[in-house]
Amino acid sequence: MIRFATSHEYARKEGDRFRVGITPFASEQLGDVVYVELPKVGRAYAAGEEFGVVESVKAVSSLYMPVAGTVVEVNDPVVQDPGLLNTDPMDRGWMVVIESADPSAYDALLTEDAYQTEIASH
Amino acid sequence: MTYAYLPHTPADRAAMLDTIGVSSMDALLDHIPKALREVRLDLPRPHAEAEIQQRLARLAARNVSTSQQASFLGAGVGHRYRPAAVDQVASRSEFYTAYTPYQPEVSQGTLQAIFEFQSMICELTGMDVANASMYDGSTAVAEAALMAVRVTGRPRVLVCGTVHPEYEAVTRTYGRGPGLRIDSLPARSDLTDVAAATAALTPDTAALIVQVPGVLGTVADLSGLADAVHAAGALLVVVADPVALGVLEAPGRWGADLVVGEAQSLGNAMSLGGPHVGFMACREAHIRQLPGRICGMSVDAEGRPCFTLTLQTREQHIRREKAASNICTNQALNALFATIHLALLGPEGLREVATTSALRAHHLAERLVALPGCRLANPDSAFLNEFVLNLPVPAAVVRDALLPMGVLAGLPLDTWWPERTHDLLIAVTEMNGPEDLEGLVSGLAAVVTTQGGQRPQEAVHA
Amino acid sequence: MPELLEPVILGQGAPGRRGVAIPEAAVPAPSLSEVLPAAMLRREAPALPQQSELEVVRHYLRLSQLNHAIDKGFYPLGSCTMKYNPKVNEWVARLDGLANIHPYQPESQLQGALEIMYDLQQWLCAITGLERCSLQPAAGAHGELTGILMIKAYHQHRDDAKRTRVLVPDSAHGTNPATAAVAGFEVVTVASDSRGLVDLADLKAKLDDRVAALMLTNPNTLGLFEEDILEIQEAVHAAGGLLYYDGANFNAILGTVRPGDMGFDVVHLNLHKTFSTPHGGGGPGSGPVVVGKALEPFLPVPIVARDASGNYRLDANRPLTIGRVKAFLGNFGMHVRAYAYILAHGADGLAQVSRDAVLNANYLKAQLKEPFEMPHAQPCMHEFVMSGSRQKAKGCNTLLLGKRLIDYGIHPPTIYFPLIVPEAMMIEPTETESKETLDRFVSAMHNIAREVEETPAVVQQAPHTTPIKRVDEVLAARKPVLRWRA
Repeated sequence: MIRFATSHEYARKEGDRFRVGITPFASEQLGDVVYVELPKVGRAYAAGEEFGVVESVKAVSSLYMPVAGTVVEVNDPVVQDPGLLNTDPMDRGWMVVIESADPSAYDALLTEDAYQTEIASH
Repeated sequence: MTYAYLPHTPADRAAMLDTIGVSSMDALLDHIPKALREVRLDLPRPHAEAEIQQRLARLAARNVSTSQQASFLGAGVGHRYRPAAVDQVASRSEFYTAYTPYQPEVSQGTLQAIFEFQSMICELTGMDVANASMYDGSTAVAEAALMAVRVTGRPRVLVCGTVHPEYEAVTRTYGRGPGLRIDSLPARSDLTDVAAATAALTPDTAALIVQVPGVLGTVADLSGLADAVHAAGALLVVVADPVALGVLEAPGRWGADLVVGEAQSLGNAMSLGGPHVGFMACREAHIRQLPGRICGMSVDAEGRPCFTLTLQTREQHIRREKAASNICTNQALNALFATIHLALLGPEGLREVATTSALRAHHLAERLVALPGCRLANPDSAFLNEFVLNLPVPAAVVRDALLPMGVLAGLPLDTWWPERTHDLLIAVTEMNGPEDLEGLVSGLAAVVTTQGGQRPQEAVHA
Repeated sequence: MPELLEPVILGQGAPGRRGVAIPEAAVPAPSLSEVLPAAMLRREAPALPQQSELEVVRHYLRLSQLNHAIDKGFYPLGSCTMKYNPKVNEWVARLDGLANIHPYQPESQLQGALEIMYDLQQWLCAITGLERCSLQPAAGAHGELTGILMIKAYHQHRDDAKRTRVLVPDSAHGTNPATAAVAGFEVVTVASDSRGLVDLADLKAKLDDRVAALMLTNPNTLGLFEEDILEIQEAVHAAGGLLYYDGANFNAILGTVRPGDMGFDVVHLNLHKTFSTPHGGGGPGSGPVVVGKALEPFLPVPIVARDASGNYRLDANRPLTIGRVKAFLGNFGMHVRAYAYILAHGADGLAQVSRDAVLNANYLKAQLKEPFEMPHAQPCMHEFVMSGSRQKAKGCNTLLLGKRLIDYGIHPPTIYFPLIVPEAMMIEPTETESKETLDRFVSAMHNIAREVEETPAVVQQAPHTTPIKRVDEVLAARKPVLRWRA
């Protein structure tokens, strides 16, 4: 169960929680990621709100929350080793886990097929 | 008229227009509205190099330089010795005709010099990281205030009365942008008032800014201050004189979160107040909020250690409106002057500069307070190499009376605070030998004897 | 393992060795521990180098030799105006009466220096077509901040609190949006049109009573003159906004066109670009601001004034001033150099400067439109932007083209800026380069383009002739090593 935002974040449904990260397409566009800034556990976000940044040597991208919710887990290894976003963005390179008060927003995100179509037009 | 910096002959220009495929220079400028192109400027006629030298030499001669007199002016600009080797080497045009080292393969000289500057500033201040320079001490303080506000998310900045008044003024100007609340804390006996500073900390305070030595040369015991500031959730910003740090404890050792200051007195000419060089050092935890250029070490494709600008995503050319600061061009060459001077001095030389200056200042103070009606404005406040003498006659009168004797006695404090008419700020450095000190003592003696009189009560500063 | 080309000087030398002797106090005095609070005395000396004078001199001389610099070779770094730095300027700035003066000396001892500043203020007013000048800002971005804070004060003084936005073209230098943000404004981007100029329709749609100012560089960062400038200024002013001129590209119009005549309310100039003061490996600069009548009351203090008897003095009594933007009087050493530069040229010479700068840029542009992609065909001003996208398609992007240029003894142009041109190369030759130098550059660029076709590996692995090879910037950012440690 996975859905995508047009701003290239994914939300993987795990019960009533969502695991959030960025897509391989996004990390390729960015190049070698050198820095990731993630929020603290407990912080609440609206859907579409900026929750962090990823940086390459010469570019900065904001991260937007695909689904509204509260951060319950943060992936410290990815902060320590941002290269994980290049080598394994969908698995070991996840960013945060959120608990959502309004999981219905998830259904409005793009399906895998729709997302692939979306990035093909780039 | 020929212009030495413009190489083209008429034949060159004609050939080039021909290559471009236009008939005249005007054809290249045709797209500019004609009304805008009819300009007559009221400027001097062109001067040949010999005439430029003469004209500037004559203008220079209309100033009285500090080399032509015994100068006791300090107050944020150091009259210090600049070793000949500093100017000789830093003036290599490979340094001064290069720009920001964007291309590391052809900029290792500038990059390594910056890395050494950062390292030396860290050594002096006891901090983890320093940037490649700020415009000067004043803007470094202002940027530190803005940085503290970003780090803490709080809007209020407390500035102690021992901070240079022009630094505080610049911080207030910068504060107009984001709408900071900047509150001043009066000094006590010209010392940083630790108790008052602690009491003034509020939950919306981002930073407390103190200066060591204070702008009037005083040195307060600030060793317990950081705990109080941190307990209130604020940052301690210390404005430090790098030469004084040859003998004073590194602010990083007593809890500073940001150390900033002015490094002109290391290798840079006074030059009427600029170009000088600000520095800024912080803890590793706050590095992402540090403004300005930063040089780091890396390796090249063959594994050779080398240097490059790094962490550039903080900067305006990448992050634009979200950048940590708008600073771009900084004071790299002045930082190089300071770096070479520090390399020549070494730890012992730096300590000796600070010590010689301080010992002479204390000797001078002792001599001066023996003059009739003269005393230290704050006899109980410890000082390093700069102190305030309270006079029986207005300080500006004394200063002016001593000028014909070839003595520039110091800064009358009514320059900054109108009520302090009888206070004179006197700075002593390694440039003021024993004869200079005697000259000031005898000159001042003559002035207070002839112009002295009853000390006006209201002129005594509390 | 290969080592640093030159060891870091910290940690070098031996205890007791040093590069300069310091006079002894030579007066009776107490020791420092008797007069200073014990807790404030330094316990551990800083780990500075301990070397003789010769060792220090050799170290920094060797470092200098690792740099490319204007005095060594062509430096067409777009937007930076890397023109020749005249040597007489360095000579005059080091005159005792100009270098060794203190800003708190009485004005009677500084009349020569204040005259230089006063005259320079007047000349910059003439050159920009505006009213009043402050020499205080230390660099271009500092001048921008000064100007935008003045604009803020102007609107506040008129009780016009709703003006919270600053418009900035998408082609603008990064300092423009950064400055507006530092000054507390919301930044709104204005699009460029197919000509590479401000999109008038987009501008007009964004002009309303929330706009405090439009920041503009003219010519813009594509090196193109904003032909609609008179219409732009009318629209901005009609909407109640002010016009800010970023002087980064002033070398294009020096002595030929004046921002005041174009309707700008405030200008900053970069003395280290247009007026030949050295770039110093990243500074110092100097960024005087010049303003029209509307903003004059808000100028920073002090300003150099001349009284009726011909004496120069500092005027700090300006009730509406935004305050100080820097301690003391600005980067005076740079004012002296700019003064000498203007003297060397006079009005006609300055006009010749900009005309030759424009000529040189167009001469290069005409010869590079093949084999490179030239997104804007019209004549340029002092610089132009071309694209390396054709070469990128063959495996050699703009970064690599620049690196290969180093092997020809030429500093790469500004790359990947402005952001609106893919694979951008921004080339600014300046007027001080001869036709022969420009011809060598053209031939180098053509050679490189041929190498991209025939021997791309040579380009991909460039530079080959430098003391170090390509630097791992990813490592530098992932694992920052920002200082030497014992």
